[in-house]
Amino acid sequence: MKSGSRLERILEAKLFAVTAELGPPKGPDRSVVERKMGLLRGVCDAINVTDNQTAIVRLSSVATCVMLAQAGLEPVMQMTCRDRNRLAIQADIFGAVALGVRNLLCLTGDHQCFGNHPTSKNVYDLDSIQLIQMVARMRDEGLTLGGEPIEGAVPLFIGGAANPFGDPFELRPIRLAKKVAAGVDFIQTQCIFDLPRFKEYMKRVVDMGLHEKCHILAGVMPLKSVGAARYINANVAGIKVPESIIKRLQGAGKGSKVRDEGIKICAETIQAVREIEGVHGVHIMAVEWEEAIAEITKQAGLLPRPEV
Amino acid sequence: MIVAKRKPLAEIAANLKKVNKLLIVGCNTCVAVCLAGGEKEVAMLASALRLALRPTNPNLQITERSVERQCEEEFNAVLAQDIAEHEVVLSMACGVGVQTLAEQFPSAIVYPALDTTFMGRPEERGIWSERCAGCGQCVLDKFGGICPITRCSKNLLNGPCGGSENGKCEVDPQNIDCAWQLIYDRLKRIGQLERLLEIEPPKDWSKSRHGGPRKIVREDMVL
Repeated sequence: MKSGSRLERILEAKLFAVTAELGPPKGPDRSVVERKMGLLRGVCDAINVTDNQTAIVRLSSVATCVMLAQAGLEPVMQMTCRDRNRLAIQADIFGAVALGVRNLLCLTGDHQCFGNHPTSKNVYDLDSIQLIQMVARMRDEGLTLGGEPIEGAVPLFIGGAANPFGDPFELRPIRLAKKVAAGVDFIQTQCIFDLPRFKEYMKRVVDMGLHEKCHILAGVMPLKSVGAARYINANVAGIKVPESIIKRLQGAGKGSKVRDEGIKICAETIQAVREIEGVHGVHIMAVEWEEAIAEITKQAGLLPRPEV
Repeated sequence: MIVAKRKPLAEIAANLKKVNKLLIVGCNTCVAVCLAGGEKEVAMLASALRLALRPTNPNLQITERSVERQCEEEFNAVLAQDIAEHEVVLSMACGVGVQTLAEQFPSAIVYPALDTTFMGRPEERGIWSERCAGCGQCVLDKFGGICPITRCSKNLLNGPCGGSENGKCEVDPQNIDCAWQLIYDRLKRIGQLERLLEIEPPKDWSKSRHGGPRKIVREDMVL
């Protein structure tokens, strides 16, 4: 075991893993985190906590993860390269590990132009692959990036992201191979709506043998409304919701019926990706809709979650 | 070359409300080529300022000058008399030229008329784009001659982020190419795709602006 985290134990036991996402509040209101923790308890194996997601300032990922860990839940701390240089990243990792975090998702981070501080300076001292390599070295060799010994162990299960839908397509499996070479243990993909393209991506990944070197969790997102789908298509580069899904949502009726349909589509997507070779789990990103996770996992036949 | 653009007239004029004798100094090198601060632009700015400032300042006199390279003191020496006889010097050079005048003529009031923007090249008529960030350690050998430090919005060194779509960068898909699409296409063309498999280590930013102001000393050339 590299970290002994619950997520690692689930995946090493060859069980189909379920992770979900928790978005911290736009301020220090603990009750928001506590409410969302209640929604996610028992319906997933680990909970990703976003790090100033889409460059919007929120309660820090480190602090929120510690709240989760103290409440007996399993956090996956998201860490972006946008807001911190190599010193701050390592310091925050030490802090998180000291306070019980055992999973780390290494991300480049959304550009600040998409957030609520578009005039800020960005950092990008490291990129996500360099971050993965740094954390693997911290854990496996006990050394900081600067080469000095670390006081204490850094038992982290190291994650990375992959976007099978970004361009250039041919480069995407190659980039995954680089993350594997850098030392990634698990991958959570961008939201999958285009199943044929994801299958083609996974075929290439399997042909390269990458599915045996890291655990790939397929990313899914329930759509709350037709507007949400259109918003993604208009504003999020590298994801496209197919017209067929938008039509299904439109045909579902109004209000709660659309949301029910969104949950159903998401559960069906989970069942479909589960059949694809190399997919070891699912990562459910219900952005500001954590209420949906319990029903999605139930419909997808993923409950109860196993004890490991 | 250094690419700049003229500041908005109102911003320039705001510093000149009570000035009677104004000297505008252009530069005939980079900023002339990018049509921001050469002889023609000096004449155009002088005319515009006369129109803008005369109603409130009927005594305004503007003298127009241009030098070959405002960033070198030798070329500015001829300005000494003019500078002494004017209240304010408005430099239409890049920031290097503005600072050279200020250093060379310590008593002169020197204001910039341009926003110095980047090191780049003309892509087509009327369009210039950034190519070099002066990071101090060139990596173009690794990336097919395309600079990810300058041309990727996140200066990523190990491939594209998820926001690359149809060859464009998510930060501004209308106007910014994805540097990593360009790098991929070019490495493919020149048969060097295997370079993309290598993990590029964290960059030594101390050679860039992050290491503080930089200076090059060539002992063999120092007198």
